[in-house]
Amino acid sequence: MTWFLDNLSEIRGLAWRHLWLSVIPVVLGFMIAVPIGYVARHLRRGGGLLLSLASIVYTVPSVALLVILPGLLGTSFLDPGNVVIALTVYAVAIMVRSAADAFGSVPAAVVDAASASGYSRWQQVLQVELPLAGPVLLAGVRVVSVSTVSIVTIAPLVGVANLGSLFTNGFQRYFTTEIVIGIVCVIVLAMLLDLLWVTIGRLAMPWLRASR
Amino acid sequence: MSVLSEGFSWLTAGAHWHGEDGFPHRIVQHLGYTSLTVAVAAAIAVPLGLWIGHTGRLRGLAIAVTGALRALPTLGLLTLMVLWRGIGLTSPTIALVVLAIPPLLAGAYAGLEAVDRGTIDAARAIGMTEWQVLGKVEIPLALPLILGGVRSAVLQVVATATIAAYIGLGGLGRYLIDGLAVRDYPQMLAGSLAVVVLALVLDGLFALLQRSLSTPR
Repeated sequence: MTWFLDNLSEIRGLAWRHLWLSVIPVVLGFMIAVPIGYVARHLRRGGGLLLSLASIVYTVPSVALLVILPGLLGTSFLDPGNVVIALTVYAVAIMVRSAADAFGSVPAAVVDAASASGYSRWQQVLQVELPLAGPVLLAGVRVVSVSTVSIVTIAPLVGVANLGSLFTNGFQRYFTTEIVIGIVCVIVLAMLLDLLWVTIGRLAMPWLRASR
Repeated sequence: MSVLSEGFSWLTAGAHWHGEDGFPHRIVQHLGYTSLTVAVAAAIAVPLGLWIGHTGRLRGLAIAVTGALRALPTLGLLTLMVLWRGIGLTSPTIALVVLAIPPLLAGAYAGLEAVDRGTIDAARAIGMTEWQVLGKVEIPLALPLILGGVRSAVLQVVATATIAAYIGLGGLGRYLIDGLAVRDYPQMLAGSLAVVVLALVLDGLFALLQRSLSTPR
């Protein structure tokens, strides 16, 4: 505990880095995956292909992706941007599947009713399908968020500092306290982020509370 | 792209394909850690998952526990275990078992839950014992989903077993850690490509196995 208080400012710095290394990929991943998931759901052909492509990308191990990306993009090896891009790719790969499921969970009759009452194609998507897909989309974001916060801890192995640095540093110094505090901080961060997504979900979908 | 081709030539260089430090030996080590971990994790998680799925008890607890385990960072757990239990096979095995339990457990109980209730009632009605219901009806019908759990556990462990090299063990992670230490990027790249290929091959094998099991006989 003393160690925690003595190093509070350093830990806070690492936590901030960890936070944005996790949040950016989740948000970017969501914005990219939702349209792809929608298209995958509505394409007669090629939809299944998109989904299997996503699952193949997800199969690529994260450590390997962190190493391969700089070579592919020509970025510097120690650039935190690599971590953000690698994790965004992952987030997209997981969320495309859950977005496709989410749009699949919208009852066809509701969509037909919207189009019968004169909604344009875009109104249908934005005002009917997207809100109804919301709960499943939120569930997908929460899963991705937890796993992203956890995967970020591997980044210190390729030289990008964050809360995971407490593990490598504690390991080199044979200092258990530092590792334990690192684990606790990572779990707390994952929980706080989860709370953030749930709160955003409540604010964006007030009808879910009203119906209970 | 020149960096990538350097990685490829590192990967395909004959000198890197034999001996203690060659790819065949590292791949065997990597698969060894993976199979040991998944076997231990399956011995714990599958019976537990089958029990939860069969009885319907403790389901909420199982979901909460698997969620919490997923948030545990494997690297943190690994370094902690090493300081506690020392360098050796035990520490990475425990850290990776914790990683492999959630998908195995979820596959087992979700598999049993997906079995049609009417089928189970019918099995009881014709006089099957609980064990017969489990062994002859529920498990065979749930097999594709149970196997799906094994598949994602294997893939996660194959991907993460690279960190065993961080504490001085072997496996394909060696190329990443050794390459990083001397800033030998082509070596790291070659190691990463080998991990990717291994993961894709295993995933393909499981896809074939699942397909052959899910076709009605």
